[in-house]
Order: sequence, then structure tokens, then C-alpha cells
Amino acid sequence: MVPVMKPALFGKNLTELTDLALALGLPKFTGKQLAGWLYHKQVDSIADMSNLSKKARELLEDQYCIGVHEPVKVQASTDGTKKYLFETDAEQFIETAMIPDKERRTVCVSSQVGCKMGCLFCMTGKQGFQGQLTAGEIVNQIRSIAERDEVSNIVYMGMGEPFDNLDEVLKSIEILTSEWGYAMSPRRITVSSIGITPGLVRFLRECEAHLAISLHTPFHAERQQLMPVQIAYPLQEVIDEIKQWDFSGQRRVSFEYIVFHGLNDTPQHVQELVRMLNGIRCRINLIRFHPIPGTPLIGTDEQTLQGFKDQLNNKGLFTTIRASRGQDIFAACGLLSTKALQAEAAKR
Amino acid sequence: MIQTVIRNDEIAPGTFLLAVERQHDFQPGETVKVGLDDALPPRIYSICSGNQEDELRVLFNIKEEGALTPNLAQLQPGDPVMVSEPGGSFSGTADPAVWIATGTGIAPFYSMLHSGLAANKTLLHGVRLAEQFYFSPEWEEALGDHYHRFCSKEDVAGIPRGRVNLYLDRAALPANQKYYICGQATMCVEVRDLLIAKGIPFGNIVVEIYF
Repeated sequence: MVPVMKPALFGKNLTELTDLALALGLPKFTGKQLAGWLYHKQVDSIADMSNLSKKARELLEDQYCIGVHEPVKVQASTDGTKKYLFETDAEQFIETAMIPDKERRTVCVSSQVGCKMGCLFCMTGKQGFQGQLTAGEIVNQIRSIAERDEVSNIVYMGMGEPFDNLDEVLKSIEILTSEWGYAMSPRRITVSSIGITPGLVRFLRECEAHLAISLHTPFHAERQQLMPVQIAYPLQEVIDEIKQWDFSGQRRVSFEYIVFHGLNDTPQHVQELVRMLNGIRCRINLIRFHPIPGTPLIGTDEQTLQGFKDQLNNKGLFTTIRASRGQDIFAACGLLSTKALQAEAAKR
Repeated sequence: MIQTVIRNDEIAPGTFLLAVERQHDFQPGETVKVGLDDALPPRIYSICSGNQEDELRVLFNIKEEGALTPNLAQLQPGDPVMVSEPGGSFSGTADPAVWIATGTGIAPFYSMLHSGLAANKTLLHGVRLAEQFYFSPEWEEALGDHYHRFCSKEDVAGIPRGRVNLYLDRAALPANQKYYICGQATMCVEVRDLLIAKGIPFGNIVVEIYF
């Protein structure tokens, strides 16, 4: 007989915790106590929730589990970056990167198992889509790593497209930023998307976290070749929406731009980027391409990369080059993939 | 905009062809957003009818865990349905090309067929079950030997058991023509990688993934 897994407490927001407490006949304030144990004290078992009555703990243990998962594998890069492998409740695998930089500890979390978006330059895209992560599985990628108490920044730039799993992504941000949760500032969280317009609108309306858009080329036909999403949600539509929002305060929008040799590194691209982003207070992050098997794309050389950056800065677009981190353990941008593990699991 | 359902025919188990009046011009291969009300986000569907027809049709199948499609399947003639203006850029041309689809990913190619763009085309259609070879009599008539079917989950007389890769692995593929791929993500990515490995420039590959 297949064992039935109890639902997890970890990953529920305060409303859900309060509702489940009331459903068990427990006082309403138990919801807030549960949140405190799960997200402030980060206990490993219901039995450890010592300010709940014995009866309350028994009722909870009868129907729920904590629902946190330790990583099943950790790899360390020579530059200090770590890549964590987690197994989900559905026996699927996801990867998480922890990137140290001076005092900062940035965790790059996954929002899906695999990805549907099929970008030509991305290893995760080659894996296809295997499933959505729950809010608990997203937050667990921070809660269950060795550096959990040192995490300064969170970026949703791991496996998957966050706006294709927006309910759970927003819930995970609610847990990370609420007083009853991890009480992080939303200004320490960045969600990166390729630009699914309906999701973008909802994200900007319901959430205060920073936004990053994977742009990669300002020209429609080129972007369509690199990113199939361009057919359904053209970049211009995304830019037009962003221009409706105020990014002059603390909330930031940035644009990610992987620079490919001879494809998107020309003066025409500079000119069009300047025209397209005119009026948006933003930053452009240039990213070195990390080659993946079978790709027809080549990263641009360092001299061209620096020149491209300088041209954009000279035109008034604040542009930086993102340092490549964790390339030796395939933790760098665009390299996360659990395709081989998924295939092994499927055989089992 | 709100339109009125003309027909909503179940053309195969769990697969429906929903028709409304055509209100706009469109390029074959374009999409519309279809929804029922403001409570549920609309979904994007390829138009599955010719650009000179009076009707505009979309092909959809019921997603068991989906919020929208089980309700779309209940629509009856006369019911209201929200259909956006056409958009997208998965546009066919009269040039020679290979069309590659899985399941309901056949829809944009059916629109191209009924818009007069079927000459010099080869169609590869991969499905799990034989009942999913939508519109096959019309394809056979229009494309003859250039219509290739593949069925991955059951044996069908005269049809290879497997996926479209069976054809692509063996065929000599001209590098100078366009390859249009439409369907679910994993197939699209695998086929695109296979085409690139066989020397097709990625600029000649047009992919529409059903998100």
C-alpha cells in the first residue's frame, strides 16, 4: 500500500495556518504560534512546538507534517558558490545556488521543476517541464541550506519561469516578507521573468519585490528565435506595461542581457535598447553566455562585451557586467538542470 | 470582446472545436485569448480556421486540473465567450516549409491550410493516440505523401509507432527552408535541438510553445 503523505505546514501563510487551527478546534491564535515556530524558530518537528498544548500537538501531528526537506547533495565551487540539490514531494529534483559576495549571501531559487519556455540558450529549458513547486518548496530552498541565517538577498532566477507559477511564487514572497514570516524586506528579493504580460501585471500590483526582465535582444525577429515566448508575449508589450509603473523610488527594474557573438552585440542593438528603454529608470545587467551542449550560440569576447557596456553607459543606460559565478559546478546563469536525475527517477 | 458561441463540437474524446463569428482579419498562425469572465485569466489558443472564413475557430482539449477548459467544454451555441483580437507572430508564408506539430499544436497549420498556404509543405503530426490525428482526411487530401503521422502510445496500421523524431532522424532536411514547430514544450525543444544538430540554422526554426 502506498503511504499517504500528510500535508505540510511549512509553506502555509498565516491565513491558512489560522484556518487549519480553527478546523482542528484549536484557538485562533494558534495560527500565529504555528507561523512563529515554522518561520522564526524554524523547528524541525511539531513536537518541538513547546508552547502548544499536548493535545494541539497530537492533533497537528495526526494530520500534518512539518514538510521541510534537507538538500540531498551539495557541490562547492572554487569561487565559494554552492549548488544545492533538493528532492520534492513528487520525487522530482530541483537545484538552488548560493552565491557569496563579500558580506552578501544571495540565494538563487527555483520556482518550477524544469521550464516550459524553451529559451535557446538555457539548460533548464532543454529539460522540458516536469512540475510546479509549492510555496513551501520554494521557501525550503532558503530554510534548509547551511547559510540560512546569513541569507541577505533572494533572486528567483533558478529553474523555471516564476510568472508561470505565480500563485506559489507570490505566496512564497508573502512568507518571506511578512512579519509573521521571515520578515525580510521585499527590496532584498528580485523576481526574474522572461515577460509573461498577465503575470507581470499581477506581480507589479500585488508584490513589492524588484523585477528583472530577460531581454536579450530588442529586436522582435531575433528574440523570437532565442525565446519562443516572444510569439505570445512580445517584448514591446512588456516594456509598455513597465512604463506604466513607477520605478523611481526604491523598487527597481533591471533587464538581463546575455551577450552573444555577432547576434546581439552590435551598435544597432545599443541604439534600439536606448530607444526602447527610454523613460524607464533601470539597469541593464550584461551576462556572459555559459555554453550548453549542442547550442549554436557563442558568447561574445571580453573586448566586445566591455565596449557594449561602455556604449550603453555613454548613452545614459546604467549598465554593468554580471560576474560569472559557480561555472565549474554548473551553477552559473542558465546552467541549472536536473534532466539526468529526472530521467533516472522516471526509470525507477 | 464578448462573442456568441456558434458551435462547440467534441471532435475527439476531450477535444473541442469552438466556433464564433470572425470579427477581425488575421494572419494564419496567429492566436487569440479565450476566456469566460474576469475571474479566470484567459488562455491563448491558436486560431484553427482559415483567414477568409466567416467563422473563427479554436481547438482545445480539456485539462483535467485546469480551471478554464472544463468550463469551455460546457459552452453551448448561444452562450457568451470572451475572444480577443488576433495576435502573435507564428505566421506562415507561401514558401516551402516543414510543419511539425504534436496534439492540438496542429491548429495553426490547419489555419494555414485553410488560408491557402499548404503548397510545398510537409506536415509531421505526432500524437499519443490515433483519435488525436485531427482533420486527417483533409490533410491526406491536401498534402498526400507529404503528410506524415506518428503515434507514440498505440499501434495503428500504416503509421509508425513513435514520435516525429523517427522522421527527422532519417530525413535529408534542407537547411534553407523554414521549420515551424508547435506543441508542448518538451517536444518543441527536443525537435529544435535535433534540427540544429542536423545543420538547420536556428534562424530558420520558428517555435510556438503551448505554455
